[in-house]
Amino acid sequence: MSTPTTDPTATPRTARSVLARVGSLGPLLGLIAVALLATALNPDFASFANVSNVLTRAAFIGIIAVGATFVIISGGIDLSVGSLAALTAGTVILIMNALAPSLGSGVPTVMVGMLVALVVGALAGLAHGTLITRGRIEPFIVTLGTLGIFRAVLTYLSQGGSITLDLKLSDTYSPVYYGSVLGIPVPILVFVAVALLGGLVLNRTRYGRYVQAIGSNEQVARYAAIDVTRVKILTYVVQGVCVALATILYVPRLGSASPSTGLLWELEAIAAVIIGGTALRGGAGRVWGTVVGAVLLVTIENMLNLTNIISVYLNAAVQGVVIILVAFFQRGRR
Amino acid sequence: MKHITYTLLVSMALGVSGALAQGKQVIGVSIPSADHGWTGGVVYHANEAKKALEKQYPNATIIVKTAKDATEQANQIQDLYTVNKINTLVILPYESAPLTAPVANLKKQGVYTVVVDRGLTDASAQDAYVAGDNPGFGKVAAQYMGKEMGGKGNVVILRGIPTVIDNQRVDAFEAALKAQYPGVKVLDKKFGNWNRDDAFKVMQDYLTRFPKIDAVWASDDDMAVGVLRAIQQAKRTDVKLVLGGAGMKEMIKRVMDGNDKLIRANVTYPPSMIADAMKLAVAARVAGKAMPKSTIIPSVLVTKSNASKFYYPNSPF
Repeated sequence: MSTPTTDPTATPRTARSVLARVGSLGPLLGLIAVALLATALNPDFASFANVSNVLTRAAFIGIIAVGATFVIISGGIDLSVGSLAALTAGTVILIMNALAPSLGSGVPTVMVGMLVALVVGALAGLAHGTLITRGRIEPFIVTLGTLGIFRAVLTYLSQGGSITLDLKLSDTYSPVYYGSVLGIPVPILVFVAVALLGGLVLNRTRYGRYVQAIGSNEQVARYAAIDVTRVKILTYVVQGVCVALATILYVPRLGSASPSTGLLWELEAIAAVIIGGTALRGGAGRVWGTVVGAVLLVTIENMLNLTNIISVYLNAAVQGVVIILVAFFQRGRR
Repeated sequence: MKHITYTLLVSMALGVSGALAQGKQVIGVSIPSADHGWTGGVVYHANEAKKALEKQYPNATIIVKTAKDATEQANQIQDLYTVNKINTLVILPYESAPLTAPVANLKKQGVYTVVVDRGLTDASAQDAYVAGDNPGFGKVAAQYMGKEMGGKGNVVILRGIPTVIDNQRVDAFEAALKAQYPGVKVLDKKFGNWNRDDAFKVMQDYLTRFPKIDAVWASDDDMAVGVLRAIQQAKRTDVKLVLGGAGMKEMIKRVMDGNDKLIRANVTYPPSMIADAMKLAVAARVAGKAMPKSTIIPSVLVTKSNASKFYYPNSPF
């Protein structure tokens, strides 16, 4: 929340700043409104089981979106996250299946799988960052390219079918998605941890400040002796690692990866970030907003599934309307 | 009856000996690229059929091309004609409307056109049509489920992607239930997009919303995977039957083994229809005859007793 006060008409703290304050709560108010509406339409919405379903589902997009928050604040974009998730899932499953005969179907194999996921994610991020900074190619183009590449490689590996995790391994691995600690599903806990850590890094560390400075004005950041290249590369690595974490949670859900895995996740992640109040042009943003944005997107879908008031053909339209409405209430911040 | 006619046709077609071959035949096969399980199966079966047919008919050359969208496919069939000089085209169109004109154009130039699965909007552009039976797919499913449920209970439906194919299936399913098993109630039908993840979410929400569900028509094997996981997670025991469809090998295997209490049957919508179309086309062209104008490949109920006939362990689907 370090919006630079470059507004030439900067008035004293008056009505305008109050409005901005309310506006900045837009996504949260939107989420509360949707939740109240959903409860009114179907009281089951507020049941513990349903809320935990919703938050668990939000975890995938949410964790990816926390990474995307960093990339977008720094003035970049990563379109490849859905494809990367699919490729990582496929690679991890293939490697675990291959290791099972020698290493057994126990915890060690699963640990290796998780490690592989993190390495694949980080390497992809490193490649993105390097091409964008040292290769001086637009992030939109680099990640549009890898969006195609990652998914094509997965499709090739799976021959268009699906890559399925060995049944025994699947049993060992399944608590990572289906398990819970103190009644709270594991994916939600990981989501909370990632969000807290992300918020901390963004607002309380030097690195977080650098990311915001670069997104605000890259040239000035350079003059201030910030190692822009390094910081930017790191944001893509952070994004890659976030995708890897999401994938680690995703694999045990269905125990398979197919060419339709992670389709359009990039748009959902970017939407979550923007709904949350981060500026698409970079410079300013907040992690808690992203978390709310991700939960809001999933909640709308859930509400529509729980009721029958609107033709199913119009589901996407409802989501679109809510996105635009929330953005509208935040416009005071621009 | 249909089934018998079809089997006869294929065996007749295959019976034509390679010795009858007259002149060189160049057959272009244009199919969507493997972007999900079913099209993965199409690519596999097309390539297998190419190998078998080229061996059987030394005078025939078969070129298999995949396209990732309708535009690419339209360019591709143009190239097949000008560069590869094909005289027969077997095409599984990405979409019917945008490919009607390009196929009609080839037909005008003298290419024999065989259209598979998705009929063109102008039927005169196709010399022959080979397709799966979408209404039959829904009807067979409804009849099986109605019978297994003893004619009463609650069923939820997961639909595919909003398309003509999906509408035909779902309409036929509901019509058959209404006619023969009016005691079976359809609680809701929502789109799962023929996708595992989407089906998982939709099923989770069905389970939240409906306290008693007796059976699920997942209408597709990929969606059935998501449905099963959601039921497992919710630890619900009221669901007694999940019926997928299309004949994915993992699901056929479960039906064959008979260990899965929920997955007891399947309804075919075989990706191998591309291979059938190729066999019919090559045989007819080599013999210098015309193919039947329309060949419908019926959707068949797969149960433990006949599952082994539908099991292709090497196919990706």
